[in-house]
Formats: sequence, C-alpha cells, structure tokens
Amino acid sequence: MASTPTTNTQGIVFKNLSRYEKRSRVKDIVASIVVHTSGIAAIVVLFFIFVFLAKDALPTFTKVGILKFLIGTSWQPEFEKFGILPLLVGSLFVTFGALVVAVPIGIACAVYIAEVSPPSFRSLLKVIVELLAGIPSVVFGFIGLMILAPLVQKVFELPTGLTALTGAVTLAFMSMPTIISVSEDAITAVPKSYSDGSLALGATKWETIRHVVIPSAKSGIVAACLLGMGRAIGETMAVLMVTGNASILPKGLVGLPNFFLGPVRTMTATIASDMGETVQGSTHYNALFAIGLTLFAISFAVNMAADLILRRGGLGKE
Amino acid sequence: MLVSVPVSISEAQSPQPRWNAASECVCGKVEVEDLSLFYGTFQALRNVSISIPECAVLALIGPSGCGKSSFLRCINRLNDLIPGARTTGRVLLDGKNVYDPDVDAFLLRKRVGMVFQQPNPFPKSIFENVAYGPRIHGVKNKSELADIVERSLRRAALWDEVKDDVYKPALALSGGQQQRLCIARALAVEPEILLMDEPCSALDPISTGRIEELICSLKEDYTIVIVTHNMQQASRISDYTGFFLMGELIEFGESAQIFTRPKDKRTEDYVTGRFG
Repeated sequence: MASTPTTNTQGIVFKNLSRYEKRSRVKDIVASIVVHTSGIAAIVVLFFIFVFLAKDALPTFTKVGILKFLIGTSWQPEFEKFGILPLLVGSLFVTFGALVVAVPIGIACAVYIAEVSPPSFRSLLKVIVELLAGIPSVVFGFIGLMILAPLVQKVFELPTGLTALTGAVTLAFMSMPTIISVSEDAITAVPKSYSDGSLALGATKWETIRHVVIPSAKSGIVAACLLGMGRAIGETMAVLMVTGNASILPKGLVGLPNFFLGPVRTMTATIASDMGETVQGSTHYNALFAIGLTLFAISFAVNMAADLILRRGGLGKE
Repeated sequence: MLVSVPVSISEAQSPQPRWNAASECVCGKVEVEDLSLFYGTFQALRNVSISIPECAVLALIGPSGCGKSSFLRCINRLNDLIPGARTTGRVLLDGKNVYDPDVDAFLLRKRVGMVFQQPNPFPKSIFENVAYGPRIHGVKNKSELADIVERSLRRAALWDEVKDDVYKPALALSGGQQQRLCIARALAVEPEILLMDEPCSALDPISTGRIEELICSLKEDYTIVIVTHNMQQASRISDYTGFFLMGELIEFGESAQIFTRPKDKRTEDYVTGRFG
C-alpha cells in the first residue's frame, strides 16, 4: 500500500517470513501429504483386496471352467460340483424379495418423516431409524429365527419356516434404515419453493408430494434403494440363520412360489458356512473365493450405479 | 373452462356484476378488512384494511420485513401451511370471506395465482410445468392440455421463444424465461387474481422490462397485486400503491398520488429515499 515496492518484494520471500508464518506453511504441506496418503491408502487397500481375492479365485476358472462355475446348476462340493447358479438365484431372490418389501415401506416412511410428521416427532423418528441401522445383523437373525420363521411356517403350513421368504423379510427390515435415511435426505433437499409453487396452484399436499416432491427427489430415492440393495445382497449372518441353506433351483416358472416358500442358500451364506471345512488350495477353497469375487463384482456394479444416478441427479438440480 | 372442477366459492354469483353480489359494500375485487396476522406471538400484520380494485395493478412497497409478502400469502391462504400462523379480520373475495370455514383453500388458490421471488419452475419439461395445474384440477384430455399450454405460454409472452421445443427441461431456460414460465404456469389454471412477490428481484434489467410489459398487458384480464422494492417499477406499472411499515398499511392510494403527493410523512420519506 503506502510502503515502497522494494520492501514488498522482500516480504513475499519465504525465508523472510516470521516463525509463525513459516510453521503455518509447513503445517499446510504436512496436512496435504497426510490427506493424500490416507486417500491413496484407501484405494490401495481396495486394490489389494481385489488382488488377493482374484489370486485365490482364478484357479477355479481353470479347474472348473468359468461357464460351469457361473451357470452350473448344482453346488455339491463333496461331488466336485461347483455351479453357483442356485446360490446366485438364491441371493437374487432373497435380495429382490427384500426390496419388494423394503422399498415401498421405506419410501413411505421417508415421506412421512420429511413431509408429514410434526417437527418434534421428526427428530425422534430420525434417531430411531439411525438406531435401527446400528443393530447387529445377528440380532435381526435372531428375530427372524424366533418370530418370523415360526410365523411363516404356520401361515403357509410349511414343513420348515426357514425359507427364502423369511430371509427376504428379515433382510427387508435390515435394509430399510438405509433406504429411509438416504431417501429422507433426498426428499428434504427438494427446495421448498417447488412445493410452494405447487400449493399456490391449488394442489393438495398429497398431489404436491406425489407429483412434485418425489419426482424431484427421484435420483436420491433410486440411489437409496440401490444402497439398500447393496446392504441386502452382502448380508451374511442373518441370512445364514433364517434361509435354511439348501442349494435348490426353482423348477421352472411354476415352481417359483414353492421355491420362494422353501429353503434357499445364498452366496454369502455359502462362503461363511463352508470356509471352515475346506482344505486350503483345494478346488472348493478356490470356488469360495470365486463366489467372493462374484459378490465383489455385483456390489461394485450396484454401488457404481447408485453413484452414477446420484451424480446425474445432482447435475440435474443445478 | 375447467368444467370438471367443482367450484365452491362464488361461481354461483359470477353471472351478476360482482360488486352487487354480496350485501356488504364491495367496491373492489378483494376487500381486506381489519386483517391481522400472527406467527406464534409475533404480529406480522396489524389491522390492515385495503380495497383491491378489479383489473388493476396494486403495488405494495415498504422496507424488508414489513409484512408485504405475508400480506400476499394471506390472500391465497398460503400462510395456512405455516405452523403457528393465525389471522383475524376478513379477506373478501367477491364478497365472500376466504377464511370462512366453508371455503376450500385449494380452490381459492386456483382462483388466486401466485408468482414467487425466485423463479421456481419444477424440474420437469416446459410443457409439464404449465400442464401441471390444469392436470391436478382434472384436465386429462391431451389436446385440451396442449391448448391450455400454448395459450398460457402465449399470454406470458414466452411461446415464441420456446415453441420449437416445449419438452425441454424448464431449468434450461434463462432466469427471465423461467419467471415468465412461472407466470404461464399460474395463468394455466385461469386465476382471477395474480399475486406477485418481487417477481423481478432475481432478474436482469432486460428481463425485468419484459415482465413489466407483461404485467401491463395482463391487467386487462387479471387483478394483480405485486410486491416490489423498486420504486420506479411501482410507479411505472401500478395503478394503486400501498405503503407498508412494520406490519401496518400506512398509506394507500392511486400511485400517481402516492409518488408525487404522499399524505403521510413516512410515505414521503420512503418514496423519496430518505428512509433508513
């Protein structure tokens, strides 16, 4: 400002900075290195998980064959049959069954929390939903085993209550908190001016929610459902406890209802229950890793999809 | 036009001249009598009485927070939705108090359209934005909807700019176009009154000019109440002006009089810029 130019050029040279200023610059550099390393570490860890998974999984594809592994209809390790189709179908049925239950209830619940509930009740509900997300999956398994399974057995007059349906409903309750809290955030993020605009045209609250608020939050809600799906497909413990663990394929389309009301085995449950009894390096051992790799690929794809949809939604809102 | 919609407020009276419809002396389209508004314990409006003449532009001026927007939202009962908001007094629309228990707030809002400060088109296509109102009021026929959309867009002086692609996202329009779209959206449900809450405050001077032209042409058919912070704008486009201060209507009269020979000292201070 008023000072002469010569002192000014002196003032911006690093060695002329005060001790305090020097320390501040060093801290800046250190912080940026720490943050960079942590960020890269996360990627490196993910990469090594993939590498180790692939290392033990790949022999399966030479020993069993990739097609026989992926679409083989029978999983019987004792007879050297390593087809994961029954497990894949089991996982998909339980997961989609869970979503069929969890998505409508979850979205309805999110709408209630975000748009309808009185403000004081709202915060309580949000805490409860978050609490629900923190319950260990074994506990859900317990509830499924002790309450849901006998109920399913009685209602459908089945020999056992440990069925795909039981698993789906248990998983529905587990994925609901994710679906509720992520869609609730998306709904809350819809600008109030949108609903004002709709109400000022004479729309009712329900019409406003149905035609303006939910469509505006669509991408967030879809992402919420995909995240819920990711949770459901990767869940192991609860599913292991309540689905009966029999690797069975549905007998055509007509066999679907029976399949749904019978025991199934999922990919995650197979890994968890078989891992303890395999010989390291055996085909069975490799096959379990290959299942893990398949799961990894599926959940990676689901998460990518969720991410893409969220990002596209974010741009659309600009 | 929207025949499928049951109309409760005063459609039955409309064949007669409106000002003869009710026994009370109704000289304006909207007669506000002794209106007070409370948000919880805070009183936002104090005993406001004003007569809004039909097919004219009424400008409301006054410093921020003086209750102009709150007043607008009393006319279409948008304040109903704010928890703790409470009104006393009467707002007569064609002689019928809109706060009477037998008045349906949704049909009231169909007759009293509103345009907001920030253009707020829905994240849908241009067509869907305009068709939204008629749709929720029961218009299903596609060609009828298309007619309404075209008519409304023409009336809002936007048609020529968007007619080539009415299916493109509304959010891709410029701010001024978005605001005209919001006006078209409001017109699509065929209101009688148009409330405008600082419709130009987020727009550049050129867009503002277009909206002002539009307001002048709309007053042939609609009763318009506009809140504005821009004195020049108020004097340019309005027939009547009301000056609000701290929730009170200080002065109301023909705009020419308010801006040249205000009766109240506070009005004079405000319109000449000697205020706060």
